[in-house]
Amino acid sequence: MNNEQDYIRDISDIRSMMERTTRFLSLSGWAGIMAGIYALAGAFTAYKFLGFNPDSVAYDTFVVKGYIFKVVLLALLVLVLSVGTAIYFSKRRAAKRNEKLWNPTSRRLLVNMSMPLIAGGFFMIILLSKGLTGMVMPVALLFYGLALFIAGKYTYQDIRTLGIIQILLGLLSSYFIQYSLIIWSLGFGLAHIIYGIFIHAKYEK
Amino acid sequence: MKILVNDLHKAFESRVRLGIMSALAVNEKLDFSALKEYLDVTDGNLATHLKALEKDDFISMEKSFVGRKPNTKYFMTQAGKTAFDEHLKVLEKLVISHKQS
Repeated sequence: MNNEQDYIRDISDIRSMMERTTRFLSLSGWAGIMAGIYALAGAFTAYKFLGFNPDSVAYDTFVVKGYIFKVVLLALLVLVLSVGTAIYFSKRRAAKRNEKLWNPTSRRLLVNMSMPLIAGGFFMIILLSKGLTGMVMPVALLFYGLALFIAGKYTYQDIRTLGIIQILLGLLSSYFIQYSLIIWSLGFGLAHIIYGIFIHAKYEK
Repeated sequence: MKILVNDLHKAFESRVRLGIMSALAVNEKLDFSALKEYLDVTDGNLATHLKALEKDDFISMEKSFVGRKPNTKYFMTQAGKTAFDEHLKVLEKLVISHKQS
């Protein structure tokens, strides 16, 4: 403990311990890239094969119920695939970093993100039940954006910016309902892919 | 220079103890298993260092039950915060003065 190298190492150890114990840093960029691809595929399928492309806020609940059910199933499939892939890649990355996936930092990240996500999820179900189909995608973008903004405190800070982008796209699509499917694809698809590549390049080299 | 080096607190010479203090500096409370995972040390080793820091009054603990399992949470005391901040300041000064010489 007598030369400069020791002191520098001490300081960097302190810094890395502080970061490791407050932020979950095993999130993989691949999770974002794959989630983006699933979202684009899902949006394309919904548009092309299910004729889903809302252009007004409210629909007659009884008329649309049948096909909306299929779109919801498709959306759930995209969600499950995205979460599954995120868990797979993060687990691999955690193993590489000699960490467990399920640790105090990942728990804290999930607990804090879950609040806006659960609230948003229930809100979307209520909107669907009232026939307000056109508002579902903007609400998804908004609440997901809020969750990401909060997540920025518990994982890479860069996620905050992605959150802000999703929130802005959510507001935009709630005004321009006729473009909401395209805007949703930009947010959940393209933005995820670009961000995934960015995170991968920045932290996984 | 000499005076500065002496200012480095003996309690923080151990890497494990420095690690415990760094983790507790940014977390309100951490339980034993979390600390063990972050520091990657054995139970006995961690317990010894925690006791030493407790004796210095740098950290304190509170016991509670999660279900039926006892759970011990550790946190930094005000004295611990002050000592750790001082230690950091001295480290920084030492690096800067080395660079200048």
